[in-house]
Amino acid sequence: MNLKETELCLGLPGGAETVECPSKSGVGNKRGFSETVGLKLNLQSNKQGPVDLNVNGAPKEKTFLKDPSKPPAKAQVVGWPPVRNYRKNVMANQKSGEAEEAMSSGGGTVAFVKVSMDGAPYLRKVDLKMYKSYKDLSDALAKMFSSFTMGSYGAQGMIDFMNESKVMDLLNSSEYVPSYEDKDGDWMLVGDVPWPMFVESCKRMRIMKGSEAIGLAPRAMEKFKNRS
Amino acid sequence: MTQDRSEMSEDDDDQQSSPLDLPSTAIASSSTPNKSRNCISSSVTLKSQTFPDHVLENVLENVLQFLDSRCDRNAASLVCKSWWRVEALTRSEVFIGNCYALSPARLTQRFKRVRSLVLKGKPRFADFNLMPPDWGANFAPWVSTMAKAYPWLEKVDLKRMFVTDDDLALLADSFPGFKELILVCCEGFGTSGIAIVTNKCRKLKVLDLIESEVTDDEVDWISCFPEDVTCLESLAFDCVEAPINFKALEGLVARSPFLKKLRLNRFVSLVELHRLLLGAPQLTSLGTGSFSHDEEPRSEQEPDYAAAFRACKSVVCLSGFRELMPEYLPAIFPVCANLTSLNFSYANISPDMFKPIILNCHKLQVFWALDSICDEGLQAVAATCKELRELRIFPFDPREDSEGPVSELGLQAISEGCRKLESILYFCQRMTNAAVIAMSENCPELTVFRLCIMGRHRPDHVTGKPMDEGFGAIVKNCKKLTRLAVSGLLTDQAFRYMGEYGKLVRTLSVAFAGDSDMALRHVLEGCPRLQKLEIRDSPFGDVALRSGMHRYYNMRFVWMSACSLSKGCCKDIARVMPNLVVEVIGSDDDDDNRDYVETLYMYRSLDGPRNDAPKFVTIL
Repeated sequence: MNLKETELCLGLPGGAETVECPSKSGVGNKRGFSETVGLKLNLQSNKQGPVDLNVNGAPKEKTFLKDPSKPPAKAQVVGWPPVRNYRKNVMANQKSGEAEEAMSSGGGTVAFVKVSMDGAPYLRKVDLKMYKSYKDLSDALAKMFSSFTMGSYGAQGMIDFMNESKVMDLLNSSEYVPSYEDKDGDWMLVGDVPWPMFVESCKRMRIMKGSEAIGLAPRAMEKFKNRS
Repeated sequence: MTQDRSEMSEDDDDQQSSPLDLPSTAIASSSTPNKSRNCISSSVTLKSQTFPDHVLENVLENVLQFLDSRCDRNAASLVCKSWWRVEALTRSEVFIGNCYALSPARLTQRFKRVRSLVLKGKPRFADFNLMPPDWGANFAPWVSTMAKAYPWLEKVDLKRMFVTDDDLALLADSFPGFKELILVCCEGFGTSGIAIVTNKCRKLKVLDLIESEVTDDEVDWISCFPEDVTCLESLAFDCVEAPINFKALEGLVARSPFLKKLRLNRFVSLVELHRLLLGAPQLTSLGTGSFSHDEEPRSEQEPDYAAAFRACKSVVCLSGFRELMPEYLPAIFPVCANLTSLNFSYANISPDMFKPIILNCHKLQVFWALDSICDEGLQAVAATCKELRELRIFPFDPREDSEGPVSELGLQAISEGCRKLESILYFCQRMTNAAVIAMSENCPELTVFRLCIMGRHRPDHVTGKPMDEGFGAIVKNCKKLTRLAVSGLLTDQAFRYMGEYGKLVRTLSVAFAGDSDMALRHVLEGCPRLQKLEIRDSPFGDVALRSGMHRYYNMRFVWMSACSLSKGCCKDIARVMPNLVVEVIGSDDDDDNRDYVETLYMYRSLDGPRNDAPKFVTIL
């Protein structure tokens, strides 16, 4: 029997090599467990005087295995080493090999989606988790989009966004149809599903002109018009 | 030598900055102008008896126009009322090192003809998540005030400010002659705000977005530039994490005959870069984008990348390599011999790939890289780059206990080979006093020394001793040192050295260091030029904080987080020093009864505490 395999230690199975390799979990994101226990165990407070496990620099030893009964102290040290988030994000993007929105690392606590409105000069971002209902969201969007000035942005069919109640009317009328792209990439009408389900599945929103919404299911359109 | 702005050390305001316009009667000032005031003002009053005032002011105006340095201008403005008035009329560039030191209204009331504003916001430690977001530093009140007061504004240079799309829209609308927008480490805006700037600012010469967080609003901002020939001289968008319309970019470059600096983002591939280079041989500064391919390249039709670089005879500054495919690196050989600045700090390059490149770079003055080049790579730098002024080595794997490919060997080699070194930032896992002492002796021109030994409290790994002697030697021997960042195991002794020998030190960064209050006291009672002090996780308490009260008005800011400060002491200081804003920044679960101060950020201010402080900030 291989006693080493049954040895109790802190860290993931086969964990001895994970600390040496370039970070697999991506730098700058939340530390994986193996990384957190890799930090020095007894550097809780500066006052007691630093006792450094690596005094003679035994580089290959995984020193954190020495005392497995001691719980890891202060597992995460915020902002240390002092590498800027910008740099960490760039390296993380490289390692994962695809563009990741910086905001998506929050997972579960925020749900930012982009909201574009046809005719507006630029789009807004909203955190869906901040709202409890479709009405809340609608009110918030009306506020947001009403701050655009009637500048000469060259867009066709600019509407007067300065009037908040007007924007609200538009949102509630059949002239403008709020739609959203769900996790499967389909464009759906806002309001069809219960609010919590909407928050989970909505990736982005587009408030489109009624004329553009022709492609969406007519029955769903009817359903939307009938909602208060 | 021209350097890219971002390549310069952060401490770019290396002159002594006396307070902007603090009345020296109200606040004790240790700056030099008192002397000049005494002797010159008396002669001025004499003359004003014989010459009419307006003639004198006219003469003054013509003379003071030539004063560029803000240090000189600050001194001139303290001579007498007349000089103060005329200086205020002729100052065209205003530098504000802390946006909360004064209100926008005060700026526009005093200076009437400002064409250029440099404004800094958040403290640097905010970059390391030591402060919740939404702390402040909003550009909005500044732009709205200046919109009315300075319609002729040409340049805005912001660092660590919160800038919204609306702010950018207002800027584009309000300043018809606007020429230069530089945003460094900023956030709060997206490509839509940029689009408005590119569309409306017809005289735009410089658009530099550097290390800023720019949200992708899916707007084709490159296409928003006007159709005719542009005035563009510098376009940097390497931090914009959004695909761009390459065809539009190509067209833009083709109609920008003055374009010298171009920094692409990672959404520009090698093939596209190749096309751009062939069309823009006049470039002096290039950020190469991804330096890779999306798909498998068709090998028969692979462009001759080296030829494109050969055509760029003027390129002296090279950066980018955001997703480097190392096999293409040799394409840059033709420009190596001309390079004065090279930034490889996003490219994971091994020593074997690196050495052939660097051996050609004899003129290099600024070099940034990842520690993946190892001590071996640094030795190659030392052997070749005899003109090196600035070196920055960043960690590929920025964790406390990762493998450290660079060590005291690399530092020693650099110190022996690059005797003209002025600025160094060096991340490593192990270091020795001997190497640091060697650098202090070999590189007398050092003004910036920032060493980050990534393991907290790590001693000299050969002797086991603290790093006191190494840093002590730096402050003793490097007589021009203005900026210092320390790390490793440090006792109070190190701080005694700093206080005694750090005569010109303006900026000091301390983390996980020192044994007691005495350490901080040494610094506050010494270091006569100290302006910016940032400390984290060190055992300094109330006694130490109080020992600096005689000088906080002469400093730009003090930051202390996770130290041993009490609210009571901070309140005392706030009470005794009314022109000091004392912010206590807590985390969300703080209750007011806690006496412990998690983070203290205090700074002088002419206009009292700010009115935009978020919930988690308490201003005492």
